[in-house]
Amino acid sequence: MRKRSLTLFSDGNLLRRENTLYFENANDKKPLAVEGIYDIYIYGHVNISSQALHFLAQKGIAVHFFNHYGYYDGSFYPRETLHSGNLVIKQAEHYLDPEKRLKLAKLFVKGSALNMGRNLMRWGVADGFAGELEKLLGELGEARKITEVMNVEARIREEYYSRWDEHLPEGFRIVKRTRMPPENEMNALISFLNSRLYATVLSELYNTQLTPTVSYLHEPGERRFSLALDLSEVFKPVIADRIATRLVKQGVIKKEHFRGELNGVLLTKEGMRLVLEHYNTELAKSVKHPGLKQNVTKQRLVRLEAYKLIKHLLGVKEYEPLVAWF
Amino acid sequence: MNYLFICPTKLWYFSHGITMEGENEWVDLGRFLHERRYADEEKEVLIERIKIDFIRKGDTIEIHEVKLGKSMERAHEMQALYYLYYLKRLGIKAKAALHYPKLNETKEITLDGHEEEVEKAVQFARVVKSLPAPPEPVKSKKCKKCAYYELCWV
Repeated sequence: MRKRSLTLFSDGNLLRRENTLYFENANDKKPLAVEGIYDIYIYGHVNISSQALHFLAQKGIAVHFFNHYGYYDGSFYPRETLHSGNLVIKQAEHYLDPEKRLKLAKLFVKGSALNMGRNLMRWGVADGFAGELEKLLGELGEARKITEVMNVEARIREEYYSRWDEHLPEGFRIVKRTRMPPENEMNALISFLNSRLYATVLSELYNTQLTPTVSYLHEPGERRFSLALDLSEVFKPVIADRIATRLVKQGVIKKEHFRGELNGVLLTKEGMRLVLEHYNTELAKSVKHPGLKQNVTKQRLVRLEAYKLIKHLLGVKEYEPLVAWF
Repeated sequence: MNYLFICPTKLWYFSHGITMEGENEWVDLGRFLHERRYADEEKEVLIERIKIDFIRKGDTIEIHEVKLGKSMERAHEMQALYYLYYLKRLGIKAKAALHYPKLNETKEITLDGHEEEVEKAVQFARVVKSLPAPPEPVKSKKCKKCAYYELCWV
């Protein structure tokens, strides 16, 4: 049985009776097959009993919480069960050695940039991007500090956003990427998807021996699980940006799915529900993996990325970020 | 030890804490079979660093290992021999049996005459584990069902 992600969107109680997990709301009390749950994403107002948390910890199920605005708040990250002291040391070594750290940081940015390029090609708005990218990747190669890497990354993004906008319908242009708060609809949609993606990456990291707090592009401690931020960079264009584009181009998400608030523009509850539905469907879709010669889901691609990183850290094979072939 | 004869790469990863057994369906199947079929046995007996599926005590101690299929028979035999060798060094005389419940077969194994073979294997395992990086994997039929498939070939 393949384990699945569980999204709790409505309000209720998550509790444990005997050895069964239940989700209970105003209407009914539904048993959940705990063996079939991979991780849980909570958007509603949910009370969780400590008994339920004990049970989830025992089963190694991470729970991710999102606030009223749909942004990531934090995770119940059960005690790690997968340990490799050897790998932790390697992770730290690659952080402490400036050359090794720079190498990985650049690879994350490069992967992200190449995926942005793929998107623009797909959308038919790649005008001049290849040239700009070549120049910027050249600068990336020269960068000697993480701040310089970040700087190049920001400029690549600018080039990307301006072209992406040409593909987006009137009223859903990004114009300028704004985060806290997002100043328009598209910014809100991208931010919402990015925070959901971050939690997906974190779940995958939980199921490997990687320590999610030791990162390379982002500073460890910048946020708690900064390695998930590093890996997210590679997947944002491939997963989040593509879904966002599709949703507005196909008219699934409309103006009415947003509301203006003091905290900027936000998705409505119905808007979030629709986005998550599409997100979950998208991650469950398979693509044929050219290296493995088998079908893997898009979610699994995140795990494979973690494996590639493990191999890099152990000195087996140099990390090459995923560049979407699909 | 079992892993050595299955795949040195797997042995290296496993001995360096990179375990993959958590979600492989074949591993689950093995665990299930072991728990159900031999429900009444004294299970998962840990003697220092070896973990035996189950033991029976009679005139001598019998150690029993449960296996799904015979495709890795050689590895299973070596594992049993290693356990016997290990116990012998602790001064415990024992014999072993490999169970293939799906095939309804049992194979008995004694250490007699195999000591040197086991010593060589132990030595080889030590060398593999001490390598700075895992040995290059060799693709074979068994890779398909292996929990390390993605890690090795991605």
